[in-house]
Amino acid sequence: MLPIVSITIFLPLVGALAVMTMRKLPRQGVHAIGIGISGLTLIGTIFMWMRGVEASGFSQVEQINWMPSIGAAYRVGVDGISLPLVLLTSLLFFLTFIFSAKVKDRPHAFVVLMLMLETAALGTFTALDAILFYVFFEVSLVSMYFMIAGWGHEDRQRAALMFFIYTLLGSLPLLLAILGLYLGSDPNTFDMRQWIENPPLSGMAAMLALIAMLFTFAVKIPVFPVHTWLPAAHVQAPAAGSVILAGVMLKFGTYGLVRFSLQMTPDAFREAGQIVLAFGVVAALYGAFAALAQKDIKRLIAYTSVNHMGYVVIGVAIAALATDPAIRATALDGSVLQMVSHGLVTGALFFMVGMLQDRTKTRDMEKLGGLLAVTPVLGWSFILAAFASLGLPGLAHFPAEFQIFLATLRVEPWAIIAILGIVITAGLYLLAIGKVFLGETSEKWAQMKDLELREALTLAPLLFLIIAVGVAPFWILDMIHKTTVALQF
Amino acid sequence: MADFGSNMAALLPEIILVISGLVLLLVGAFAGKKAVPAINLTIVGILLLVAVLVLLRIPDAALSLFDGALRLDALAVFGKFAALLASALGLWLAYGYLKTDKRLTTEFGVLILFAALGMMIMVSATDLLALYVGIEMQSLALYVLAASNRDSLRSSESGLKYFVLGALSSGLLLYGASLIYGFSGSLRFEGIAAAIANDASVGLVVGIVFLLSGLAFKISAAPFHMWTPDVYEGAPTPVTAFFSVAPKIAAVILIARILFDPFLQMLADWQQVVIAISVLSMVVGYLGAIMQRNIKRMMAYSSIANMGYALIAIASGTAGGLSGLLIYMVLYAITTLGIFACILAMRRAEGMVEQMDDLAGLSRSQPALAIGLTILLFSVAGIPPIAGFFGKYFIFLAAMQANLLWLAIFGAVASVIGAFVYIRVVKIIWFDEPPQQDFVPVSRVQAILVASSATLMLPAAIWFLPALYEWSEIVALSLFAGG
Repeated sequence: MLPIVSITIFLPLVGALAVMTMRKLPRQGVHAIGIGISGLTLIGTIFMWMRGVEASGFSQVEQINWMPSIGAAYRVGVDGISLPLVLLTSLLFFLTFIFSAKVKDRPHAFVVLMLMLETAALGTFTALDAILFYVFFEVSLVSMYFMIAGWGHEDRQRAALMFFIYTLLGSLPLLLAILGLYLGSDPNTFDMRQWIENPPLSGMAAMLALIAMLFTFAVKIPVFPVHTWLPAAHVQAPAAGSVILAGVMLKFGTYGLVRFSLQMTPDAFREAGQIVLAFGVVAALYGAFAALAQKDIKRLIAYTSVNHMGYVVIGVAIAALATDPAIRATALDGSVLQMVSHGLVTGALFFMVGMLQDRTKTRDMEKLGGLLAVTPVLGWSFILAAFASLGLPGLAHFPAEFQIFLATLRVEPWAIIAILGIVITAGLYLLAIGKVFLGETSEKWAQMKDLELREALTLAPLLFLIIAVGVAPFWILDMIHKTTVALQF
Repeated sequence: MADFGSNMAALLPEIILVISGLVLLLVGAFAGKKAVPAINLTIVGILLLVAVLVLLRIPDAALSLFDGALRLDALAVFGKFAALLASALGLWLAYGYLKTDKRLTTEFGVLILFAALGMMIMVSATDLLALYVGIEMQSLALYVLAASNRDSLRSSESGLKYFVLGALSSGLLLYGASLIYGFSGSLRFEGIAAAIANDASVGLVVGIVFLLSGLAFKISAAPFHMWTPDVYEGAPTPVTAFFSVAPKIAAVILIARILFDPFLQMLADWQQVVIAISVLSMVVGYLGAIMQRNIKRMMAYSSIANMGYALIAIASGTAGGLSGLLIYMVLYAITTLGIFACILAMRRAEGMVEQMDDLAGLSRSQPALAIGLTILLFSVAGIPPIAGFFGKYFIFLAAMQANLLWLAIFGAVASVIGAFVYIRVVKIIWFDEPPQQDFVPVSRVQAILVASSATLMLPAAIWFLPALYEWSEIVALSLFAGG
């Protein structure tokens, strides 16, 4: 059988190398290659989707030995948790390439970095070897560093360096945890499937490994109080970078939380479940309150990410604490769906903030106003995405958050106070819409143009999917559910 | 026990070096200025040839030579090969650079040749006297090399500084050796091991501490690192490149051999000392590197920190630690040579570039060099998938296997500070505003070295690393199985 997973992962890298050799190619050509390659990658992931996942374990596994004597190999594959994220990744990258076709500053380097980042992201979600996972996890960091430092806004150098050092410090505990799991496994291997089947550590060692992994993923997710890199990085990143950062890279953290912490140290996670849950609740509430206080619209959306990712953490912690398999599956279904929904919704929001900033050169909500009258399409699209973000029924976040809260009520009713976050996000989005799109249109913005074709093409699939997931989530939930009901821990 | 003839036969590579060194010195004295480049290139060739010869003559079992003064085993072959290759490349790099500056002399090549000879003795010594002779042979050549630019005040100063402090450290080392001899009654490693098995007295602990202090000086580990930044900065840059690679490999292997061979039974005693030196080196190295604006001084501090990581592997005291150490040193050597090739390549019309800020704009005028340097810097920073990451990885693995979890954590945290140091340079290369003048095009030698080391670090690492791992494991097991 054709190794579709590997082809899909490395197609962007091949594209990046090709672009590197074509230094003479004009800007349009470079962007066309970027769009073409990421389009092919999207088709590749759709093929993966069509092949589907099996009820238990991993499907479509591809394996090549690398260093057999230490049990390291190239292993990739998908299950119902990673496949939705893979699809989300390839879609968001494809749309980002369409959106970024306007980039005039060093287009070669931009496209090369984005393609490298795409390989890293797809690799992180599909890796079944811990070393491979770690490698992809870190490569994404390097690409994103260059993305922010090279194409960001005013204070980009500082933000990029802070992002790099912060997340590098965050990811080293994971390396130590991986080493611990490796030394605990018998025979020694880096095969993540073995680690999931027979969790290698127990007792104190498992708890230490869990703490290390939780730290890593908490930085990535990010969870209060290690979230401080996020607003800085988001505000300074270019729109394309923000979309990928929020839409794809934050999921590394939540995906790792499920794949590593929950599946490889389940007993320790159960013991620490209450604490993780508390962190999730605090993150959800803190994110909402912090977003309420922002004037910069990009910062505002960045903080709502903290809020939404907090719900994912709550869901995973509930899954660890639940004793009834049905409730556990519900909590995990909600968490994974929440990751996908957040990617779609926040991706759309960051695209639109990018479009606003391209037109107005500001992110300050106080300086904007009445834009709905001049740019109705952009305005209504933003309102739709904002309503989705605040969890309106019928839109993408609702089915996810609903399941998370349902499971929470059954297992740890006290944690339901996190639902206050929804009320606050509702308030802050209404305030933001009011400031930016309603009210009187100032003279300054009267000549503003509505969406171009390129921008409309970027947004349309996301808005369509936001509604599709909201109205009929089963088409994606079935795939997730197939894996989550079969999880044994 | 081998007879004299077979002893000499086993030392054929060393003998070739001695004879060709002496002959070329004479030839150089008579042939005059014109022959200087040819002589230096010949020495590069001889070093490479001898390296191959060493590889071809891997003994089936460890050979004990000269009544146990030297041993030819897998570790010695590994060390000799690495030291010879590093010396050859270092000289080749210096040749390309000094020729453009018209400062090349016959003595330069011959001194490197004799330093390499010293290193060959160091890595195979199993006797305290042979060890001392090897170290001194190497060090004397290095003192002269540091001062080889006679017109430069800084170069002379660095040579003198290196010599005075080096003599002090040799004194410490000799004192330690004499204590060990006094308490064990033997200079041979075998005899020392037997004495320890009988009775490990406090005198031996004091001896090993003095010995370690002297050796820590040679690998510039803190707190014996004071000379490093000044000597690195003052010595001619190609000499610095040589300093930071070949002698370090030899000295680290020597430390590993002496600690893992006769003194392994006293692991509990020396482990704390090695850990202390290691932690201090990482802290001093990286914190010092943050302050630097001169790229050579930064590399000096970076090498101090790197030795801290090498010492983590030694502190583990296991075969896994030794194998991790060898992998780390090889990767360190390749990366460091590549970085120095970059530094040597970066010239502007008015001369050498030594300040970090002068690197601004490199990505625009020399994109290929900038990509190569970026890969190498990410490699020393330990960012995967670049090979340097795997060097650190094997060291952390060894530390965790030896129940030194906190040392691994410390190393991991320190490497973040290190990453900051290197990424700052990357930032300057790619994002800072360039000055008016462009860089002078890179010469061929430097381009080849940068390209090949960067290739080994990134794409070729997929094949290179497993091979390196296999070899290092064979070497490590040979020392541990052979006792």
